[in-house]
Amino acid sequence: MSELQLSTKHLLGIKYITADDIHLILNTAENFKEVINRPIKKVPSLRDITIANLFFENSTRTRISFELAEKRLSADIVNFSASSSSVKKGETLLDTVNNILSMKVDMIVMRHPAPGAHFFLSNHIDVNIINAGDGTHEHPTQALLDAFSMKERVGNLKGKKVVIVGDILHSRVALSNIFCLKKLGAEVMVCGPPTLIPKHIDQLGVEVEYDVKKALKWCDIANVLRIQLERQDIKYIPSLREYAMYYGIKKSMLDTLNKEIVIMHPGPINRGVELSSDVADSEHSIILDQVENGVAVRMAVLYLLAGKRNLAKT
Amino acid sequence: MAKGRQILAPERFGLVLHRLAHQLIENFGLFENVCIVGIQEKGVTLSENLITLIKSEEKKIKSIDFGKLDISFYRDDYRFRAKPIKVSPTDIEFSLDGKQVILVDDVLYTGRTIQAALSALQDFGRPSRVDLLVMVDRRFKRQLPIEANFTGITVDAVDDAYVKVIWNEKPGKNNIKIFSADNGGE
Repeated sequence: MSELQLSTKHLLGIKYITADDIHLILNTAENFKEVINRPIKKVPSLRDITIANLFFENSTRTRISFELAEKRLSADIVNFSASSSSVKKGETLLDTVNNILSMKVDMIVMRHPAPGAHFFLSNHIDVNIINAGDGTHEHPTQALLDAFSMKERVGNLKGKKVVIVGDILHSRVALSNIFCLKKLGAEVMVCGPPTLIPKHIDQLGVEVEYDVKKALKWCDIANVLRIQLERQDIKYIPSLREYAMYYGIKKSMLDTLNKEIVIMHPGPINRGVELSSDVADSEHSIILDQVENGVAVRMAVLYLLAGKRNLAKT
Repeated sequence: MAKGRQILAPERFGLVLHRLAHQLIENFGLFENVCIVGIQEKGVTLSENLITLIKSEEKKIKSIDFGKLDISFYRDDYRFRAKPIKVSPTDIEFSLDGKQVILVDDVLYTGRTIQAALSALQDFGRPSRVDLLVMVDRRFKRQLPIEANFTGITVDAVDDAYVKVIWNEKPGKNNIKIFSADNGGE
């Protein structure tokens, strides 16, 4: 590990950070994983930092994970969700954020339905911004925790084969995962119904497969995504039942493979749709490890970005 | 990196290490309910060397509880330093409740590392007592009321100089050097 510092002061997306940055975050996260498994799970690193969690879109897992990460670093936090705020009264994003910043907040963790909202904000404000999901664009901390969990299970990801199954078109997890895995040297394939695979996705250097059985045969790791019913403004699939029949991963499929395979899912799972229950709970699945690692990885991101913050100032 | 001036030659380094090991045996006997915690990274190297020596000097000692402590997350200055800190693993497999802890580091300078280490130790239990062992004590630059109980050598150097304990892979080649302000710093 040569670099000890991130190359950027924001985490807007995996696209904007380097492979060195990713390695630094994953290595630092290993140390935080040790911290959160202690009887006293807390360190004082960010005790003088205030973080605002701005969630303009619903979230359970990511918000709790960020909150825990912040608390375990001893940061002060304020939470904000759009449903109970002045956004409803017509305030612009920049005004909302500037109002919060004038109360002396040092970092912002934001989820927003508009792709690029964080990028826009980074041009106007000075504090560190962490993207906790922007529309169908990126979800960088999810990709980082996925990479961390994969590394934990299979070691170095260079040359490993990862397939992302499901709704690639609407998935920010898929896009961030593709950028992250490519930067770490893995081979990536996407698999799903043709209507849910974006056109020209092969330009990102990924392979496309429409048959999930072939995809599973090819891969070492399958990252299975949720069908995002809330983003389906038109019908992309005839029915959930048909999707489950053709793309749902079942125990019987894994049994015929005769190899070790790792199953991942960013949650929340639609049991019986993209994953059958016996697969989600099987020894192949590292879904709960992903959730645990999420806190450690987010601690690493916050810690490293906070380090960047005052260095830039002096 | 420019060459530093040697202030402790390899032969004397070995003697100092032996003296420290003997002092620990003298004070802690068979190391019952005593553990050694090395501060990453050089404090760990020093601890490991001491433990090897202690075991070879006093055959009745079969094992000594040994932990590695990284204090990066406890530093109050991590965001104000010119260079970022490298984070190393912490590995303390036992509870410190009621134990006598020997905290080990290579150089005692401002005292801030030890302050951070003391607050880090609290997260692993409540020791009955904490002692501090250092290879080098730079006594004129302390910023906090912290002193070592066991000291290898004392160095009175000008403020900006940098003192470095150099562990060599070849046995009998360890030494301590002093570097001028504009080079050698980590």
